[in-house]
Amino acid sequence: MVVWSEQERSIINSIFASLDYDDIGPKALCRCLIVYPWTQRYFGGFGNLYNAEAIKTNPMIAAHGIKVLHGLDRAVKNMDNIKATYAELSVMHSEKLHIDPDNFKLLADCLTIVIAAKMGTAFTADIQAAFQKFLSVVVNALGRQYH
Amino acid sequence: MTSLTAKDKAVVKDFWGRISAKGEDVGRDALSRMVVVYPQTKTYFAHWKDVSPNSPNVRKHGVTVMNGVADAVGKIDDLKGGLLSLSELHAFTLRVDPANFKILSHCILVVMSIMFPNDFTPEVHVAFDKFLASLALALAEKYR
Repeated sequence: MVVWSEQERSIINSIFASLDYDDIGPKALCRCLIVYPWTQRYFGGFGNLYNAEAIKTNPMIAAHGIKVLHGLDRAVKNMDNIKATYAELSVMHSEKLHIDPDNFKLLADCLTIVIAAKMGTAFTADIQAAFQKFLSVVVNALGRQYH
Repeated sequence: MTSLTAKDKAVVKDFWGRISAKGEDVGRDALSRMVVVYPQTKTYFAHWKDVSPNSPNVRKHGVTVMNGVADAVGKIDDLKGGLLSLSELHAFTLRVDPANFKILSHCILVVMSIMFPNDFTPEVHVAFDKFLASLALALAEKYR
């Protein structure tokens, strides 16, 4: 069972309350596709991913980044039960999307770095710790139903 | 893992050139962050009474580590050869589990993103991530 302190809950809620999804979503997904190019394997139908510039200006990727980021909303609202909340999503990522769960961590790391850039020095070590803990619980839950 | 291309090396050297003046700050923040975000890393510093993020020992060590990174930038064309003695140090004396190199690398990248949000583009990120991975590989060279 994941135990959250009051401080951790407050940090996660605060980050997502002031999150610019339209900015951060695309940036995080683009960074993942550029820094870990093998993740592009899941985006065969998304048009031109030929180089970093193409990825950064690709509207389908941008839209998808926003979608994925909003996918975290349910985890924020159900922090005490992320595993159950994401059971269906986990099945989908396994059975329908066939995404290697190791990739979830790669996207999580990119999201951390993009949020760090946005928040600057406000992204303290304590906030980073809480945020990464949250993301690792999400990553774990998303990989849970694979078999 | 792949070796560094000429472009990777150029990007790393260029970025480092622009931020090296703040290298010590990066090191201090990265090490401080690491002991908070990854508390298991504190096991390597049990000989210090104060292993808190603000501990002068922790912060000073961040500078030491970052000076190593700076040195590695200069030796980017032959990391294995250039870091031979550092590898022996880590293998026989420090015996830091190589998994921790990844952890510290991540913290360094986070700090770079915080301090240089406009310069730390995805293109710079990938080159520097590759560089730190190559550095870690060179450091682990003498382990077994």
